[in-house]
Amino acid sequence: MFTSPTPDPILAATIAVDSGAGVLHIVKNYTGDVLNFETAAELAEAEGIQVRSVVTDDDVAVKDSLYTAGRRGVAGTVLVEKIAGASAQRGDDLETVAAIATRVNSQVRSMGVALTPCVVPHAGEPSFTLAEDEIEIGIGIHGEPGRERILLEPADQIVDRLLTPILDDLPFASGDRVLLFVNGMGGTPLVELYIVFRHAAEVLKAAGIDVTRSLVGNFVTSLEMQGASISVLKLDDEMVELWDAPVQTAALRWGR
Amino acid sequence: MSLGIDWARAWILRSADVIAENRTTLTTLDREIGDGDHGENMDRGFAAVRAKVDGLADDAVPGDALKIVATTLISTVGGAAGPLYGTAYLKAAGAVAGQTELDGAALVSLLTAARDGIVLRGKAEVGDKTMIDAWTPAVDAAAAALAEGRSEPEILAAAAEGAARGSESTDALVAHKGRASYLGERAVGHRDPGSVSTVLLLQAAADVAADAS
Repeated sequence: MFTSPTPDPILAATIAVDSGAGVLHIVKNYTGDVLNFETAAELAEAEGIQVRSVVTDDDVAVKDSLYTAGRRGVAGTVLVEKIAGASAQRGDDLETVAAIATRVNSQVRSMGVALTPCVVPHAGEPSFTLAEDEIEIGIGIHGEPGRERILLEPADQIVDRLLTPILDDLPFASGDRVLLFVNGMGGTPLVELYIVFRHAAEVLKAAGIDVTRSLVGNFVTSLEMQGASISVLKLDDEMVELWDAPVQTAALRWGR
Repeated sequence: MSLGIDWARAWILRSADVIAENRTTLTTLDREIGDGDHGENMDRGFAAVRAKVDGLADDAVPGDALKIVATTLISTVGGAAGPLYGTAYLKAAGAVAGQTELDGAALVSLLTAARDGIVLRGKAEVGDKTMIDAWTPAVDAAAAALAEGRSEPEILAAAAEGAARGSESTDALVAHKGRASYLGERAVGHRDPGSVSTVLLLQAAADVAADAS
């Protein structure tokens, strides 16, 4: 659980989905994932399959500097996958799909909070410990702790804590059209995710930012962890068109 | 005394033993500053290696054994440790390819190639709080022991001691690579799990060489 796959299954999946037009690997920026996907891509190229890789790194909780492994790829990856997927579906070539995935990644920012840790089954213990009245700000998506531990506070204040670094980072500005994505970590009910969404939408509206599209639910989870992440994607016309395109997957279903 | 296939086989089997014995320790260290799977992953990998080593041909040389470790770890461990250790053993195998008996110089080139392979894949430097903080002092200590004219078991013992010192030095460091780098100052006071597994593997190499001599 949470361990990156070895190159063998990545290669098998790459071979299975290749239709002759090449394969795009969308890899969340975690050291193990990047290393194993690099090896798998080399093996796939050796099998004659063209591979392009896009590494997502939307998490603003992590400082992007020479002194870290770089920002993590977190929930914003779902938006990259959907939009790049629609690009492939309409018949774009590999370079175009990879360019769109890169563009979406460059325009999305995310940050998360945990109210409880998760228990990885084979370890049998919580991945970190929090007192009843503590929350963890800036968590990743594999049960790893965040950057800061604070005392519990009202939901709207927690939303401000997540949204401010997101908006400052890109930065987002008045007049922008965005997709607002509130993602549950697995153990938080949908009704509470909408409490997060409500205030996030209010803050964006007050900043003159138009919530053109939205997504709320449990998509990029850490087992039974209670918590949520907020992702904001700055949209352009092509991204809206590709987001709206019909999709039939386990997680996302709309259109025909 | 030089070290041949019997030493290589014994090293690998001892490695599998000590990784299994320390599985919980490695996982606990990793849970503190990583994602809590290092012991589990390494044990799965070395359990697979143990099964493969029995199938080595009678005329196999140490490099053949190391290559089996490499390919097995790459395809079974996952995480960052799989590609990193896999590359280490692959480069180590290449450094001593075809040699039936390894003398002190061969052991130093084996260790150097392993360390260089990890650096090539993971791009870490000494001080980044990674397994390189154990590997580089190990390589340096082995090279110094060789220059002093020490025996093969003594060279491996020096490498293990160097790795142990380097691993201890990671306690005080902020991580610059891997998942612990996300924690900033919060990683200080914790030992890097990859450096601890490195110590276990190099200590196993030294112990089986000492047992044989």
